[in-house]
Amino acid sequence: MADHEFTHTNPDIDVHAMGEMHEHPTWKQYKWVALILTVITIFEVWAYYIPSFVASPLFVPTLLIMSAVKFAIVVLFYMHLRYDHKLFKALFTGPLIIAMSTLIALLFLFGKFVKR
Amino acid sequence: MSSAVASHAHPPTSTGLDHRKIAIWAFIGSECMLFASLISTYLIYKGRSVVGPFPHEACNPPLCATPLKPILNIPVTSVSTFVLLMSSLAMVLALAAVENKGKPGYEGILGSSKLWLLMTAILGATFLGFQAYEFTSFVHEGLTIRTNLFGSSFFTLTGFHGAHVTAGVLWLLTLLAIDMKRGLGPKDALLVDISALYWHFVDVVWIAIFTLVYLIK
Repeated sequence: MADHEFTHTNPDIDVHAMGEMHEHPTWKQYKWVALILTVITIFEVWAYYIPSFVASPLFVPTLLIMSAVKFAIVVLFYMHLRYDHKLFKALFTGPLIIAMSTLIALLFLFGKFVKR
Repeated sequence: MSSAVASHAHPPTSTGLDHRKIAIWAFIGSECMLFASLISTYLIYKGRSVVGPFPHEACNPPLCATPLKPILNIPVTSVSTFVLLMSSLAMVLALAAVENKGKPGYEGILGSSKLWLLMTAILGATFLGFQAYEFTSFVHEGLTIRTNLFGSSFFTLTGFHGAHVTAGVLWLLTLLAIDMKRGLGPKDALLVDISALYWHFVDVVWIAIFTLVYLIK
């Protein structure tokens, strides 16, 4: 890639072939990410044990948002998609969009969004 | 590029990217669709079981021969979810240790790729232990893959995920064996990076399963 400016601090690593466009997070950042993931998981489980919240219409959207945030954090930071080549982003997000669309379409087809 | 890399360098490609890394991302993309189909099946069948045990509701006669409590054990699964999340942290630390081997700050035990690869494999195996415990307790409580729609879709979905974790643990142990034999260094970063991508993918799939299967009633 002609526009590939980034070089790893370790010259033995071929960042070009690995598709790394920016320096990966540091240990400290990885530990912060782990802490955030843990805190969100604690909130998810906590929400599960509040009967009034479980009965409210906010319960499912809240859990889905928290889950999506965890999903995005792992993909962007631990899987380095935020720092890697755009081809990798396309290879992941393309099938993910197809998969999510199929899932939602199937739930519609089988009447999962119909109130009984 | 140093001579160490040149001897291990991938042949030139039209994208300039290593084919193995493109392949793992394409594989992960296809896996997204596999797990979406399994999760769809679970969600479609959710609440349509005629006989118990049920995931979140108690089952009383005549639906069940004897009264049964909700079968999902949220505290145990929460701990196993935490274990898998921590295994992802160990995996990124293993990759960082391989990439920065010999550099300042990576000389001690905490900078050892062997330690973090072993830790990731142990945490993965621990997750599998929790899953084996869960499956065994479900069978003892009368839920098998043939009992009802919940059992069929639940065991298929979580069983497929468990099989992926098992493959990941074997992959990690293989890398650990290579590390013990000849040592993994910066020139091997891509090999570890590819296995790390697979491992994190297994983690993100569990993040979705934990919410959709265990927490949403």
